[in-house]
Amino acid sequence: MQFLLPLLLAVMLAFPAAAQDAADVLRAHRDQIERPSRMTIGPVIDELAASGDPAAARILAAWEERRLGLLPDGRFVIEEDGTLTDLTGAAVGGDASMLRPNAGVRGLIASARVRFQLADPAKRAEALTAIARNPAPEHLPLLRAALAEGDDPAMARTERLLTIRFDPDPAARVAAIQSFGASLAIDVRAALNPILATTRVVSLDGPPPGNIAREVPVDEIGRTAAYDLLVAADLAPARLSPEGERAALLSHVEDGRIAGIPVATLNTRAARDAAYEALEASGAVPPAATEDEVDAALAAATIADVYAEPEEAVTDAARAALRGIDTKVGLMRFADLAMDAVSLASIYFLAAIGLAITFGVIRVINMAHGEFIMMGAYIGYAVQQVVPNYTLSLVIALPLAFAVAFAAGVALERLVIRHLYRRPLETLLATFGVSIMLQQLAKNIFGTQARPLTAPGWLSGSLTLNDVVSISWIRIAIFVLALLFLGLYLFIMRRTRLGLEVRAVQQNPSMAASMGIAPGRINMLAFGLGSGIAGIAGVAIGLFAQVTSELGQQYIVQSFMTVVVGGVGSIFGTLAGAALIGFLQKGIEWMNPSNTLAAQTYMILFIIIFIQFRPRGIIALKGRAAGD
Amino acid sequence: MRRSTIIFLAALAFLTVLVTVLAGTGLISTSFVKTLGMTLCLCLAAVAMDVVWGYTGILSLGHMAFFALGGYLIGMWLMYARTEAIVVQALSGQTLPPTPEEIRAGIGGQLFGVVGSTDIPWIWGFAHALPLQLALVVLVPGLLAAVFGWLAFRSRVTGVYLSILTQAMTLALALYLFQNDSGLRGNNGLSGLQNLPGVSAPQSVTALWLFWASAAALAAGYLLAAYVVGGTFGSVIRAIRDDEQRVRFLGYPVEGFKLFVFTLTAVIAAIAGALYYPQAGIVNPAEMMPIASIYLAVWVAIGGRGRLYGAVLGAAAVSLLSSWFTGGRAPSIPLGFYTIDWVDWWQVLLGLTFVLVTLLAPKGIGGLFDRWPK
Repeated sequence: MQFLLPLLLAVMLAFPAAAQDAADVLRAHRDQIERPSRMTIGPVIDELAASGDPAAARILAAWEERRLGLLPDGRFVIEEDGTLTDLTGAAVGGDASMLRPNAGVRGLIASARVRFQLADPAKRAEALTAIARNPAPEHLPLLRAALAEGDDPAMARTERLLTIRFDPDPAARVAAIQSFGASLAIDVRAALNPILATTRVVSLDGPPPGNIAREVPVDEIGRTAAYDLLVAADLAPARLSPEGERAALLSHVEDGRIAGIPVATLNTRAARDAAYEALEASGAVPPAATEDEVDAALAAATIADVYAEPEEAVTDAARAALRGIDTKVGLMRFADLAMDAVSLASIYFLAAIGLAITFGVIRVINMAHGEFIMMGAYIGYAVQQVVPNYTLSLVIALPLAFAVAFAAGVALERLVIRHLYRRPLETLLATFGVSIMLQQLAKNIFGTQARPLTAPGWLSGSLTLNDVVSISWIRIAIFVLALLFLGLYLFIMRRTRLGLEVRAVQQNPSMAASMGIAPGRINMLAFGLGSGIAGIAGVAIGLFAQVTSELGQQYIVQSFMTVVVGGVGSIFGTLAGAALIGFLQKGIEWMNPSNTLAAQTYMILFIIIFIQFRPRGIIALKGRAAGD
Repeated sequence: MRRSTIIFLAALAFLTVLVTVLAGTGLISTSFVKTLGMTLCLCLAAVAMDVVWGYTGILSLGHMAFFALGGYLIGMWLMYARTEAIVVQALSGQTLPPTPEEIRAGIGGQLFGVVGSTDIPWIWGFAHALPLQLALVVLVPGLLAAVFGWLAFRSRVTGVYLSILTQAMTLALALYLFQNDSGLRGNNGLSGLQNLPGVSAPQSVTALWLFWASAAALAAGYLLAAYVVGGTFGSVIRAIRDDEQRVRFLGYPVEGFKLFVFTLTAVIAAIAGALYYPQAGIVNPAEMMPIASIYLAVWVAIGGRGRLYGAVLGAAAVSLLSSWFTGGRAPSIPLGFYTIDWVDWWQVLLGLTFVLVTLLAPKGIGGLFDRWPK
């Protein structure tokens, strides 16, 4: 007997693992498996996973993927590639009804499958994803067991994340927290943030127990809110609210009077307070806290934020780590914002560069400039209807947009603007007439709905540097395009005959004319060039904005601003203006992140004030462009 | 008084009597009376625009902002007073008479529920009192115009730069009002303005009252404008239009003259707006977008700049034609292969007219009258 007992014990201990195979577990819990609920199925899944039967992995996988079924005779079957097998893998025939566990149950199954998957390097990534989605304390020993067998960086990282959350030993948790340093990864922040979660606690006798983050002065949250905390914690009587007072008074109306006061006179707060006090004096209503009582209660109370996490060492480590992370995140945010600003600036620059030519070189304000941008965007859309390959259609659309807008610009200059060179204000109105015509024509042709202009695959997605800084490829492409145009403009203006003549006409048209340059022709070409560039800008803008007949309108005022702030007639002025406006807008948005409308408002106000100090823009030119 | 002023006032008086008689006999509908009244308000705004642009040479692309602002300011009272009446009515059935706080909370919920708030913003502080709010109709746009004009004229912003700057001002204001936390109900704007608080008269009667008020305002505004552009003052501002620099060298405070005209016309536009929106029934930030101000310039240009009756003619003709064409009442023209539907093509026609008028008839419709013997 003396040696038999330990043997028996050993057998009994080994028995559940060895003898209870997966099929038994399934049979024993058939009802629950057929109609599982997230609440009750957990133990069954655990039992299945802990059975030690190699078939369990297969069963759980089939169950999660909705391939586990029941034959009418009650036997479980697994569907694999369209054929049914029983739990041992032998083929069976028949008509099985498949089990359809819901998402919650499948989450539990996925979590239980982890132990099988961790052991298999091929399936390890899947298991780590399942853990990340649904972390649980019981994953920790599994991970450590798997790590003991072989090292895997991703697995080790997950193990450390779980250590932070679930390890019972505070020292191990602190070490795990510190091992991450100032990591920017979202999962690290997700593991650290719950540690620092606090609840606001109020107590009357000294600081409340627990790991106190800090004591909160009453002034900080306000007297009303502080007293409400006391009331909510049942530490003080409720204060009389207007609604409560009203209800109390209403329940004591007798013959149109409350405590002898006619109801009709109770149309002010003071009168109601008096009536309530009269009721209070007669004992008809419970006493409500007066202002003095509120003050006394607040003087005795301590309000504190208390960590849900009891270990001070852990919260200290987490706080220190998060502080480091926050600094780094702040820097990264700044970089991200600067990139956004550069991208916005390049959009404004693109939209304004054509205007800088038409407005700056020939000092004609073209209100239809926005419509040339719109024209470009619609050409991009129309080409995509014919050429389904997005890359190829873009290659066709860009020169086509330039050509069409160039032709439209030349036509506008020859038909309208040429006659109005001596009346600049009227050019503004005539081109506005053209603008509403073009807008309505676009509406008549393409309808009022926004048309999609899809970017090719290689332009979709974004360049991600880390979890904070990322910028979409379209914006990078627009930045490159803006740089290209800057180069092109500088090349045309400084290295070609046309540029020389444009500059000559810009500075002194009559002198240029007497030197044999035809100002009319130069004006026409400059106008066409400006319009053509607007067309190309339209294709670029259409890639990320909605292509509608109002597309141009959204950029026209900003374009004018860019040119005016920068200084008319100078391409570097336009560049500076675009940079100033882009950075300003992003900066204001950053200070007031909820509101881009307000950002635009303040930006325009800033520009109006800016004009006070530099009426001719950042870079002021001399000559004809400098105006009267 | 010039002959054109007398003719204009006589024509306006005749129109007012005619409309009153026709409306009394039911020959023209209430909505048409409203349309006519609104048109008169637009004419008044056009007169203001003509003074500032046609006579002084400041192409302001922001005067409709003052117009809409006037509408907003009167709309605040109209909406507040009407909501107050409704709330008081709703609360009066209860046993306990409502306290002022409860009424205020009720009004706040009614007015700002659409933007998710119940507090009445501070800018509605005077909305309960008509005289105070009426003072604001003049003061707020006047002050805005004075500050903006002072900044702009002081730094010698002229010509197209000034036009762009005024356009930017309008856009800034509109964008600000589009926000929900601007305190003016965001893009919902103010609505229900056609119901005059405390007035139980039917719409057909109030429409006529507002029409008379609009006609009176137009007559007064026209007289004021005629007085301003006549005499020495008028000569100076026309000289500023023609050569600002030379007037400055002659010793005139050009900036002062411009600022006065800019502010005065802004106030006239605001008053026009304050009469317009009770007839339109609703005002929202979209009314302030720069395009509205450009249209105002279009009316004046088509009517003929530098003559007050031209501005009135242009505004009346284009806005009435506009509502006729876009209202779907104009007959479509079937071409066999394509039907010209004026709702779609009116804008194109307007744009084209505008280009042609600018190119071919710089004096606008008013220029035709020059051929009459004086």
